[in-house]
Amino acid sequence: MTPNTLSVPKLLDALEKQLRETLLNRKLNDPLMIGIHSGGVWVAEQMHQRLGLSNPLGLLDISFYRDDFSQIGINPFVKPSQLPKNIESRDIILIDDVFYTGRTIRAALNEIFDYGRPNKVILGVLIERNGQQIPVKPDCIGININLPAGERIKLTGPSPLAITIQHTDDSAAA
Amino acid sequence: MTKPDSLQFNSNHQLQHLLSIEGLNQALLTEIMDNAESFASLANQPVKKYPILRGKTIVNLFFENSTRTRTTFELAAKRLSADVINMNIATSATSKGESLLDTIRNLEAMHVDMFVIRHALSGAAHFIAQNVAPGISVINAGDGNHAHPTQALLDMFTIRRHKKDFASLRVAIIGDILHSRVARSQIQALSILGAKEIRVIAPKTLLPVEVTSLGVTVSHNLEEGLQDIDVVIMLRLQKERMSGALLPSESEYFSNFGLTPEKLAIAKPDAIVMHPGPINRGVEIASEVADGPQSVILQQVSYGIAVRMAIMSLIMQASDRQPS
Repeated sequence: MTPNTLSVPKLLDALEKQLRETLLNRKLNDPLMIGIHSGGVWVAEQMHQRLGLSNPLGLLDISFYRDDFSQIGINPFVKPSQLPKNIESRDIILIDDVFYTGRTIRAALNEIFDYGRPNKVILGVLIERNGQQIPVKPDCIGININLPAGERIKLTGPSPLAITIQHTDDSAAA
Repeated sequence: MTKPDSLQFNSNHQLQHLLSIEGLNQALLTEIMDNAESFASLANQPVKKYPILRGKTIVNLFFENSTRTRTTFELAAKRLSADVINMNIATSATSKGESLLDTIRNLEAMHVDMFVIRHALSGAAHFIAQNVAPGISVINAGDGNHAHPTQALLDMFTIRRHKKDFASLRVAIIGDILHSRVARSQIQALSILGAKEIRVIAPKTLLPVEVTSLGVTVSHNLEEGLQDIDVVIMLRLQKERMSGALLPSESEYFSNFGLTPEKLAIAKPDAIVMHPGPINRGVEIASEVADGPQSVILQQVSYGIAVRMAIMSLIMQASDRQPS
């Protein structure tokens, strides 16, 4: 597969459709959308606008919650997370660009739970790829694709949003 | 004493102990300050905690009094989710005659990961770093009149928050340079970061004999010395370390070297005023200056937490990656 065959607008349309259905089926009440820095925020900005959500978009930087922190070190200038003070009992739509091992989502959930105990959390991602390592799965996806272990898919942006596939030796990259 | 640069880094050239600014390079000082930027915003979050040092045990070993340094080290470690023990030396077995090394051996047997040490003897932190088991890190929180590297780093961070470019800065360090471990570490850090001029201003009796070898210019007159200065760093008169009659009186010291609003006006209009604390109001600094608009003294305290978080997380990474 080449990046050219993946059209970002079509993936955004597909994700929007699934999110609308899930919001209805799971009966989310006054949901709060949170994007994971940085690609997840770009996708979340689009979904936030398309779904016409009234609550301000939340931003999460999970750098300090990663489980590989001691291997990769500190990322200077980590952006502070911007979440509302009261997460308690809220319904949350968590958005990321690519779902791969599941570790980013584990870290994001840990950080969200440090702010309070949400009622429901659903996960939407633009791209779900093979390589899941922990029992976490997205609820809504733009597309599901299979890539060789040495390939890494990445959303670049914010404008225009584009998808690149990189070859890497690090098959365990998150 | 082993040279600090060989002791401070592990075999992978990562910072394993922080004992002195000597031996560190500009890239590392910048990395610590950049990381501190990431931690500085935590103070405004509803949950002031990151899980980075979860499961690590840090012992604060303070053989000398401290308010700011010990509290900010403790808060920094707790905000990184480490478990912190504050050894109260007055009530510990050290006061029963246990040697420093015996105290360390016993704490090692409790499987701690890091010691933060303040001691009245110069070289105490080096001595402990040379003798701890592999994998345990040591941070010097002030040894005698030798070094106070974390204070110097938080001072550099505070300066950088107000003045972007060290290369254009003239910095004055004023007061009791002779007894000041803070001044030594600040001078080293400012030199590494390429400050345009480091000027020390003090009476002759409060300057070390070899002071010019540190790469500073010297003035014995506060009015002359404050000309063109961007950053004014006041030092506390360390009466507890003075053995001889170095000063005629505190009031005479204040009239000659105390920073008043009138004297501060000689420096550049946007100069900032710093002090590592604790301040002696009316001895080295007037209250109007300490509490005035140019003072960043309380910011130094706040930034101290972020900078110490950056240092502890960097050091713990080195010990985690060290092959055992």
